[in-house]
Amino acid sequence: MKKMWVAMLAAAAFAVPSVAGAQAYPERAVTIVVPFSAGGPTDTVTRLVAEAMAKDLGQQVLVENVGGAGGTLGAARVAEAEADGYTLLLHHIGMATSATLYRKLPYDPLNAFDYVGLVTEVPMTIVARKDFEPQDFKAFIEHVKANKDQVTVANAGIGAASHLCGMLFMSAIETPLTTVPYQGTGPAMTDLLGGQVDIMCDQTTNTTKQIQGGTVKAYAVTTPERLDVLPDLPTVTEAGLPALEVSVWHGLYAPKGTPPEVVERLSKSLQTALQDENVVARFGELGTTPSPQEDATPQALKAKLETEINRWRPIIEAAGVYAD
Amino acid sequence: MDLLQNLALGFQTASTLWNLLFCFIGVLLGTLIGVLPGIGATATIAMLLPITFQIGDPVGALIMLAGIYYGAQYGGSTTAILINMPGESSSAVTALDGYQMARKGRAGAALATAAIGSFVAGTVATGLVALFAPPLTAIALKFGAAEYFSLMIVGLVSSVALAHGSVVKAIAMVIIGLLLGLVGTDIYSGTPRFTFGIREYADGLNFVALAVGVFGIAEILRNLETDRTREVIVAKVSGLMPTRDELRRMVAPVLRGTALGSALGVLPGGGAILASFASYTLEKRVADNPSEFGQGAIQGVAGPESANNAGAQTSFIPMLTLGIPANPVMALMIGAMIIQGIVPGPNVAAEQPALFWGIIASMWIGNLMLVILNLPLIGLWVKLLTIPYYILFPIIMAFCSIGVYSVNSNVYDLFFVAFAGLAGYVFAKLRCEPAPLLLGFVLGPLLEENLRRAMILSRGDPTTFFTRPISAILLLIALAVLVVVFLPAVRRKREEVFVEEA
Repeated sequence: MKKMWVAMLAAAAFAVPSVAGAQAYPERAVTIVVPFSAGGPTDTVTRLVAEAMAKDLGQQVLVENVGGAGGTLGAARVAEAEADGYTLLLHHIGMATSATLYRKLPYDPLNAFDYVGLVTEVPMTIVARKDFEPQDFKAFIEHVKANKDQVTVANAGIGAASHLCGMLFMSAIETPLTTVPYQGTGPAMTDLLGGQVDIMCDQTTNTTKQIQGGTVKAYAVTTPERLDVLPDLPTVTEAGLPALEVSVWHGLYAPKGTPPEVVERLSKSLQTALQDENVVARFGELGTTPSPQEDATPQALKAKLETEINRWRPIIEAAGVYAD
Repeated sequence: MDLLQNLALGFQTASTLWNLLFCFIGVLLGTLIGVLPGIGATATIAMLLPITFQIGDPVGALIMLAGIYYGAQYGGSTTAILINMPGESSSAVTALDGYQMARKGRAGAALATAAIGSFVAGTVATGLVALFAPPLTAIALKFGAAEYFSLMIVGLVSSVALAHGSVVKAIAMVIIGLLLGLVGTDIYSGTPRFTFGIREYADGLNFVALAVGVFGIAEILRNLETDRTREVIVAKVSGLMPTRDELRRMVAPVLRGTALGSALGVLPGGGAILASFASYTLEKRVADNPSEFGQGAIQGVAGPESANNAGAQTSFIPMLTLGIPANPVMALMIGAMIIQGIVPGPNVAAEQPALFWGIIASMWIGNLMLVILNLPLIGLWVKLLTIPYYILFPIIMAFCSIGVYSVNSNVYDLFFVAFAGLAGYVFAKLRCEPAPLLLGFVLGPLLEENLRRAMILSRGDPTTFFTRPISAILLLIALAVLVVVFLPAVRRKREEVFVEEA
């Protein structure tokens, strides 16, 4: 299959001259493994970044989807891959939460990888069915607390961003609610649009267009700043719930033991890619922004992962949900 | 009138030279990929996503991807008919009678029936998408967990009609299918079930792997058994086109299949899968001579083929009107749109009228191209059957493996193909039909998921299935089907059908 990929790409894409001599790496195509199926938000983010990195590296950057088991199959594959810089992993917040959600992981999220850098931090939005009564976020929280036996929270399955955010929301307002899991974001959003469930907290990549189209009611965004695409939406902190600040951060990883100069080269390439016009524009349309220069570094990603593992462990343990 | 203006805009967009070319490339690629056993539209579109970067124009890219999708539906029926190897869940039903027709030397007629039925269905469904997309969306949104559960019950109750052997065996196969469908992580508690600790099975068994195994690999094994006189080689191919009598007999099934497929295709998640099964059941019920089904009844090809193509078209509705994917292929299309800078959502029709209507118009153009492309190719496909088995079988096995592996890059899916192949061979020896098994496998998880979700949403109150009107109506339909099955007169008639193997 890989050969087919290469052949098709070679046929369709214009040949990019390789920067010969100056650097040994990369001599051939680089593969980024996405631990989710093609077409999803993480896949889209990866493809946009991969295209821009290819320009900088002077080699094709292929995207391979190895979905399954909440992203842990793809991560395991990269953890075991040869540490030569030709197999990379683009994973989201699940890298940190899987450390607690899965009690039997075949790899150690913190020590099985070398870090390349943060890619983007996708904001999350708290949305409800469009006829949900409360008019603002304060009223929303009061309403939810007062009707905790009626309100239902949708999510896209255990370990999904919407599941994590839902847990965080319940922990922040100290009110357990009825959780309704779905098999993916699509069916969950369908039921929210149809008014079958009440609320959901999901990435802007999934909710921005629905909010703009008026098919769901939005209450708050989980970032410190308001978003350009949804300027009227208050932040959770403005509304008095700073504990709900959360983002679906994406990071680029290499297998442990990758030569430092290769990691450095990749990190530089990532930084360049994140300034690419097309990447900035497309990310913007999805309601997110590329990580700034100083975050697209190994140190920043490592620090983020450590912090996030520690942040989520007590929340997940308190909720008592595990995926294995 | 708005609609005419919109359609004019659509056809104008879709019939530019480039877009016609993209449409043609799409349907051609789709047909070819569909004909390769095991490789389906999902894998192909995933492979071609990077190429859409290079096209630059979102309309062209999407027209091409859409072409691949319905082209693959067409091509998938080809392998189902010729070598009993359905590549998509929807063509599993086509294999039942299509393959029997092929064995009787009517492969050409079966392929032509599939092509003509699909074209009619495609035309009608395209019209429906253009005319009724918003109201149909509103109906689809009324379907909550309780409604889906009741719909799946109808599907399950009707599934017995798929059998043309003993009913007991059919029910046994449905149950085995249901059980296989349980493998994987329970989405409500996160507990892995029946995975034997193999994390690769955490998301359940792969449908394509199961279908390819129990139908295709098992068929190959069976053929190898009969030494060199492989039955697949059709000594006499009597006519590539359907006879006048056959054409007359397929009119009603095509129309009924189109109606069923259009209606069920709109429902995200599982609707389209039911369409072809439901159509087959319906045709068998209304047929003058149901005993013909399973022996190469042309209605058994015409109905389901129309249904699955109509469903394929109308499954675009939730994506185009809500930005919500109804199946993995639609999820890929959404990914492709985002890469092109269009985030699909409820406003896509208003913000991007050329794209929206261009895709709709291109569906009809694509269907026309498919029929023009496929009718002359039928002779070629039928010739494939004359390839000696020692060449054909290894090729089929290789493509199956590539196709199954490409879905998730998961080796364990290949192990499962081997297992399913052996199991399928045993089933064939025991004269058990694999079709009910597949239906059980598809419906089982949906049934469970929606039952539990409906119970969560109703806070444990089971009356939710009767107090919600759509759900209640569906349950009444299921009851009616049951009554019909067990009504004495009907039962006598059915026993005639099953007598030869009972």
